[in-house]
Amino acid sequence: MADTTAIESISVDPSRRARLAEFWYYFSENRGAVIGLWVFLALVVIAILAPVLAPHLPNAQYRDAVLLPPFWEAGGRVSYLLGTDAVGRDMLSRLLYGAQYSLFIGVIVTTIALTGGIVIGVIAGYFGGWLDTLIMRVMDVILAFPSLLLALVLVAVLGPGLTNAMIAIALVLQPHFVRLTRAAVMAEKNREYVTAARVAGAGNFRLMFKTILPNCLGPLIVQATLSFSNAILDAAALGFLGMGAQPPTPEWGTMLAEAREFILRAWWVVTFPGLAILITVLAINLMGDGLRDALDPKLKRS
Amino acid sequence: MLRFLLGRLAVLIPTFIGVSIIAFSFIRLLPGDPVALLSGERVMSPERHAQISHELGFDRPMITQYLDYLGGVLSGDFGTSIVTKSSILDQFFVLFPATVELSVCAIILAIVLGIPAGIFAAIKRGTLFDQTIMGTALVGYSMPIFWWGLLLIILFSGILQWTPVSGRISLMYFFPPVTGFMLIDSLLSGQSGAFKSAVSHLLLPTIVLSTIPLAVIARQTRSAMLEVLGEDYVRTARAKGLSPFRVIGVHALRNAMIPVVTTIGLQVGVLLAGAILTETIFSWPGIGKWMVDSVFRRDYPVIQGGLLLIAGIIMVVNLIVDLLYGLINPRIRR
Repeated sequence: MADTTAIESISVDPSRRARLAEFWYYFSENRGAVIGLWVFLALVVIAILAPVLAPHLPNAQYRDAVLLPPFWEAGGRVSYLLGTDAVGRDMLSRLLYGAQYSLFIGVIVTTIALTGGIVIGVIAGYFGGWLDTLIMRVMDVILAFPSLLLALVLVAVLGPGLTNAMIAIALVLQPHFVRLTRAAVMAEKNREYVTAARVAGAGNFRLMFKTILPNCLGPLIVQATLSFSNAILDAAALGFLGMGAQPPTPEWGTMLAEAREFILRAWWVVTFPGLAILITVLAINLMGDGLRDALDPKLKRS
Repeated sequence: MLRFLLGRLAVLIPTFIGVSIIAFSFIRLLPGDPVALLSGERVMSPERHAQISHELGFDRPMITQYLDYLGGVLSGDFGTSIVTKSSILDQFFVLFPATVELSVCAIILAIVLGIPAGIFAAIKRGTLFDQTIMGTALVGYSMPIFWWGLLLIILFSGILQWTPVSGRISLMYFFPPVTGFMLIDSLLSGQSGAFKSAVSHLLLPTIVLSTIPLAVIARQTRSAMLEVLGEDYVRTARAKGLSPFRVIGVHALRNAMIPVVTTIGLQVGVLLAGAILTETIFSWPGIGKWMVDSVFRRDYPVIQGGLLLIAGIIMVVNLIVDLLYGLINPRIRR
């Protein structure tokens, strides 16, 4: 037993390292993707260190500093670098804490949608038949609605709030993973290595998740980055419509909703939260483009 | 072609049934008493409750209720709004032209700018021009459009004072709707300045709504064009000595457009989702704002009817796109 694991670790490790190296080679060819990766890592650091970096608490209200402009404009103060909002909260601090929410939303929503989508998709693709038909028709039904509308209505059913918004968005994003997984599994399941594993006595569960699934991961990873950015955008949109995170949460979409009435008086309360959303989503999409170049075998010229 | 059509319909019908089941069960999934939610009456005696429950059919088996609902929908009865007490379908027909007008303008803008941008980016692949176009497209694709709309309002309505902030036309003008499309109605009214006012109201919402489709179409056109430009027949056409304009404009473009047409068709869902945000920002009286308002007013029958109508539109448009796709690409029909 010990011998076989030793052999496995020797035989698996170099190939994995080589694959990683190959992946990095293609990924780093795309300059935008590398920039996106750095920005994303910076956002992760900001989110983790927000309590250290933020000069003020996100919900602390300073009554003497209402709607102060950023420090470089007349009337701005250095203690509030990006100005304050309508109830005297520091914009910069709220934006830094907001990174926590956006990344948290992205991670949770993508994890739920990815896990659910993979399980359902593998089952549909592996077993086929009426089960597959049923699952795909249900996915068609979900895809027949504009995602934001369905998420909005689901939140109306479940009640407004960040948790429900995340559940709704995950549900809406899930069919894409189901379709991708199913297509990949159907392409793989009649290959020789699967038959070999079956002959060797592997059960359905092992065949589905240990034999076939690892070979279908490429497109799923690309879709996961897309979902990550979509989740952040949709959650911000729901927050903006008043159906996502509720005030005083420093979620960027919710901050925009609160700032709407001041757009013609205080440009900074509107500009910065949206810019934060745009930069985050853009960084993730840049990475997604790079991942697609690196993982999509069709585009690889070798 | 007929078999292709029938095949599409065979998939569409179960999807429609599924969509109607979602719309039907939506009200029954809501926390609280569906009778109270549907009638809009907060406090009622047990007798009144039983009476309304009977009127709404809640005392019958679920399957009968569903079939009744489906029958009503198919004969055009989507119920009545709790708030306005008017027919949902009537409201829909009043508001829908506003959304169509906005969406059509947005998709036209996206096509007119996106396809040439994609073509030129493909021709000048790797140049600064290509990188700028594709960089801009990625920014557009990543754009939170509700914020983009607010920025445009700050710039054009606030600082420059060029465009109005909300609505479809200035309150100075009034004329009965003929077509429901403000651009056409304002021209028909013959009032001077009405058309200009309608255009200025339409401008910013169109830009905002077209942002994401524009980015998607430009990206898709570029990659489709790049794929086609590498094909043998394009090289042959070049070798024959055809002008670059003819090679790209006729030989390459015709085939590159096939995936782009599909992409354009897929934008219908994107446009309707975008309309929810765009119409809310610009107080544009279309079905997107209608749905958001209904969610806030807890006007559940409207949400139910709107869900079904919007999904129905998307399904029909997708069917039409599929058929068009079959027409321009004979390979797909088999």
